[in-house]
Formats: sequence, C-alpha cells, structure tokens
Amino acid sequence: MFTGIFKDTSVRILITFMVVLCVLSSLVLPDWMQNNFMYGLSRGLAILGLMLLWRTNLVSFGHALYYGFGAYAVALCQKYFGITDILLRFAIAVIAAGLLGFCLGFILRKYREIFFAMLSLAFSMVLYGLLAKAEFLGSTDGMSISPSTLLGMELTRQYLFYLITFFVICAAISIQAYLRSTLGHLTTAIQDNEIRVEYLGYSVQKAIHIKYVMSACLAGGAGGLMAASLGQVDPDSMVNWNVSGELVFITIMSGWGNILAPFIGAIIFEFIRTYAFEWAPQAWAAIVGGTLLAIIFFFPGGIWSVIEKVFNYGKKKNVK
Amino acid sequence: MQFWATVLLDGLTYASYLFIVSLGLTIIFGVMKILNVAHGSFYAWGAYTAAFAIGFITDNELSEALFLPAILISAILVGVVLGYVIERFILRKMYNQDIHLIVLATFGVFLIFEDLIIITFGVDPYLPYQPAMMLGWVDIVGLNRGVYQLTLILLASIVAFACWYGLTKTKWGKLLQSVIYDREISVAMGIDVTKVYVVTFIGGAILGALGGAYVAPTTSVSPGFAIDLVVLSFAVVVIGGMGSIPGALIGSLIVGILRAFAVHQAPILELFVVFAVMAIVLIIRPEGLFAPPKPRKI
Repeated sequence: MFTGIFKDTSVRILITFMVVLCVLSSLVLPDWMQNNFMYGLSRGLAILGLMLLWRTNLVSFGHALYYGFGAYAVALCQKYFGITDILLRFAIAVIAAGLLGFCLGFILRKYREIFFAMLSLAFSMVLYGLLAKAEFLGSTDGMSISPSTLLGMELTRQYLFYLITFFVICAAISIQAYLRSTLGHLTTAIQDNEIRVEYLGYSVQKAIHIKYVMSACLAGGAGGLMAASLGQVDPDSMVNWNVSGELVFITIMSGWGNILAPFIGAIIFEFIRTYAFEWAPQAWAAIVGGTLLAIIFFFPGGIWSVIEKVFNYGKKKNVK
Repeated sequence: MQFWATVLLDGLTYASYLFIVSLGLTIIFGVMKILNVAHGSFYAWGAYTAAFAIGFITDNELSEALFLPAILISAILVGVVLGYVIERFILRKMYNQDIHLIVLATFGVFLIFEDLIIITFGVDPYLPYQPAMMLGWVDIVGLNRGVYQLTLILLASIVAFACWYGLTKTKWGKLLQSVIYDREISVAMGIDVTKVYVVTFIGGAILGALGGAYVAPTTSVSPGFAIDLVVLSFAVVVIGGMGSIPGALIGSLIVGILRAFAVHQAPILELFVVFAVMAIVLIIRPEGLFAPPKPRKI
C-alpha cells in the first residue's frame, strides 16, 4: 500500500507545502498568523475526512460528533488521568473517535443521501444534548485544557506547530496511500454504480464502513489537536450542528481533487474568519455565509479546481 | 396526577409552537425536496419583527387590541418578503443541483440573515411580554398558566385544520398534491410548477415566521435563538416523516411531550431524548413514522 508513496506527485507537493509553511512560521510569520495556520491545519484533518465521504456522495451533517468527541476525550483524559502529552493526546482523540465511528458505522453504512445526513446529524445532536446539560462536563462553559507537553518536556507553541504539521503530513500520506489502493479506487466506483461494484465481488457496505471509520479518526484527531491548540473545549463551538455545517462548508470550499486541498481550504477559512471578524465584527457570519453562496454559485469545484486550472494553463503554454 | 397534567399541558404548548414551525418546513420539503436550514431565519425574523411591532404599539400607547393583528401582519410580511427573495434569487437557480448543495446554500442564507438581524435590531434582547400580560393567567387543574400560552394550542389547531382543508378541499391543494406526487407528470399536465414552488415556499416561510412571531411574547428575543429551533424542527420533521403533514403533527406532539417530561423529571436529558428518538426513528423507519408507503415508479 505504501510502496512508492514518496514518488507520488501529490505527496511531494504536500510535503513541500508543509515544510515551506514550517520554515515561514519559524522565520517571518507573526504569532496570530501562525495561530491561524495551526487551527487551519488541525481543522483540515476533519475536512480531509469529510472529503473522503464526499467522494462517495455521502455528506455527513454531523461530523462535529467526532470532532467534539476527540476534543472531549483529550479534556477528560487530562481531568481524570492527568495526560498532557501531545502524542498521547493525539492518539487518544483518534482512537476514541475511531471506536465511536466503528460502532455507529454498522448503522450508518446502510444509509445514503439525505438519510445519511440526517442520521449523522441526529447522532451528533445526541452528544451535544448530553454535553450541553452535563454539569460535571462543564455544560455550556466547557472545560479548559492545559498546555501540552512532549515526553515530559514543556512544549512551546512553535514546537506545537511543527508537531501538528508532522501529524498532518502522516495522516495525509496514509490517506493518499488508501486512495491509491483498490479499496480507495472503489470510492468513486461506488458513487457511480453501487450494484455494479457488488457484482464485481466487493462489499459496498464494508467499503463505506472502512471509509467512515477513517473519516471519524481524522475528525477526532482534528478535534484533539484543536483542543490542544485552543486550550478550551465547549459544546457550542465543537459539537453543535452549525459546527458540522461549517465543516461541510469548508469541504465544498476546498474541493476534493487532492489531499492538499482540505488544508488549503481550512487555512483560507481561518483567514476569512479572522479578517471578517476584524473588519465587521457584527457581520462576520454573514461574510462567511456570503462566501459559501459565492463558492456554490461560481466555483462549484472549490478552490482546488481554481488552482488546477491555473497550473494546467501554465502547462499548456510550456507545451507550445 | 398533578405531575402528568403539568407534563401534558407544557408538552402541548411546546408541541403547538413546534408544529406551526415544522409544518412550514415539512411542506417545503414535500413539494420542493429542499431541506431548508434558512427556516430558522424566518422564525427569528418573525419573532424580531413582532417584538418590534409590539414595542412600537406600547411606546406610542396605541390600543392593546392591535397586538394580535400586529403579530399576524409581521409574520405574513416577513414570510412574503424573505420567502420570495430566497426562492427567487437563490433556490430557483439551484433546483437541478445536488440536494446537499441546496442544504448548504440554505445554511449560507441562514448565516447571512442571522447577522442581518444583529445589524437591524442590535444585540440587546427584546422582551415583548405585553400581549401575554394583557391576557392574564388562569388556573387549570391547579396549575397557573398564562392564557396567551394556551391560545398557542388554539392557533396550532386552527393552522392544522386550515392546512388539512386547504390541501384536500381546494383546487390549489390538489395542484400541490399532484406536484408532491410527481413533478414531471404535473408539468406535463400543464401545472405551472415554478408558480407552485414560489407559493409553497412563501407559505412555508409564513408558517415559520408565524411560529416565531407568536412565541415572541413568551420569551426573550435575542440573537442566535433560532439555532436550537432549526435542529429541533428537523427532528420533528424526521420523526414524523419528511414531507408528511400528519407526520409533523405527531412528530411535534412526541417531541413536545417528551421534552416537557424530561424538563420536569431529568433536566439533564432535555435535548438528549429528542435526538435519541430522532436517531431511533431513523434507524427503525428511516422514512419517518407517518410517511405514506412509496409507490414504485417505473
């Protein structure tokens, strides 16, 4: 599965992009920009997971379930076991969300279209309902999270940034390896015609289940990293339905052509939000909503389609 | 006994307002196959406009008899204006698109209108309690309840009856039913589907706004208060069956009474029960409890 993965163009572009980002952040970028990149990369993991599902025409309007679950797993492990190690935190978030996704996947893999969206919404709102009312989990105030450590040492934000970049690279390479495998190629086939895939001897439900668990793991990891970099978890900004909506929105904005697209999309989203909040604090949600409409109407392929067009344009010129 | 009466009464009141809002949502879904997140905007704008109108009437010491007409007129105004604008300029361009994209577009519209509220009405909460004060309180089996809240049940019954009558006994209702059943055949039979869509969307929008406008006097109207409602009315519609009108009635009764029960018995489960029921219904009967059996089309 992983053989020759480093010769893959997408992987090479991804690694180059991340390394450039790391160098830039350690040399020139101001703190607030670095924070934006950090949040963008963390959230980008969840978008990558949604992109996987989107390729099979499944849109989850409840992915905040895993996002929030990962974040709360990190918070609870700190509260009860005192775990602050960033590696452990990431692992806990991924595994917790993955397990939950594995269980719910048995039900969700039978659903398509709007029913899939509605059932995932229902599951995420069940968690929201519990978290928002549970006093010992901080109800709507949430919980605060202490700064992360690494193998017993204190971790500065600069190093946290490097680590997040590292996690992102690992996750994205695994996803690329998955997409190149037979199982990965099935995703688009399922979207085209499920019955044919069944006749070819593959189990559609199993393929969807595996994909669903992967996307749950990614969203959980995103939640864990987000919790670690924000230092705060609360139900309204992590589990409520509008967070799921936001995640789906970034997926559309990114486009699904490449593993790098979700991260670029998520970073751009962070910047739109920061600038919108600065320029028009009363109307930042309207600016985000307006961007969403503009993307749907004018760039249905997302940002990645624009990037691709620009690059292809250059290539044609070279041929001439 | 007292406990059950409380649950029943509170549940019915709550169900009535959920019913009015969800009815709009389910009609829009049934006819246009659009899951309209922007329904929350109709609700919020209805509430704000009514609160503003009530405030205007009180400030200028106009007659108290104007409260009710003011509420109705603000609901209709909001429904017609917002409904027409959203249908004409956003949704009409998207009818052939993927259903998920349409949901997202309405989500974008919802975000925009949420902020337009803050820009228009400010961030301070409105407390338009005057109509509720005017009607006073009454004792029912030993429970002290506002008369205004009880009229909500009456309003929901009127809306339900009007809807049933309109759909089954009038020409427009029959046109609507044929579009719900099969859009293409309806077009072939000469029904102007575009017109049906506009009217349906505006009708649904008016219902959403009416829910908000009528509920305004009983709560504090503040920014972001539609966020919970959107997903609650989704739950109602899914439980009853998306696009089913009796389904909206049963769904809102289930959600209303369950929620009232949870509030009095185990407040921690208030939201949990609603969405747990939604998930269970989707698992057992994805098409909803009261969705009619689907005839197979060839």
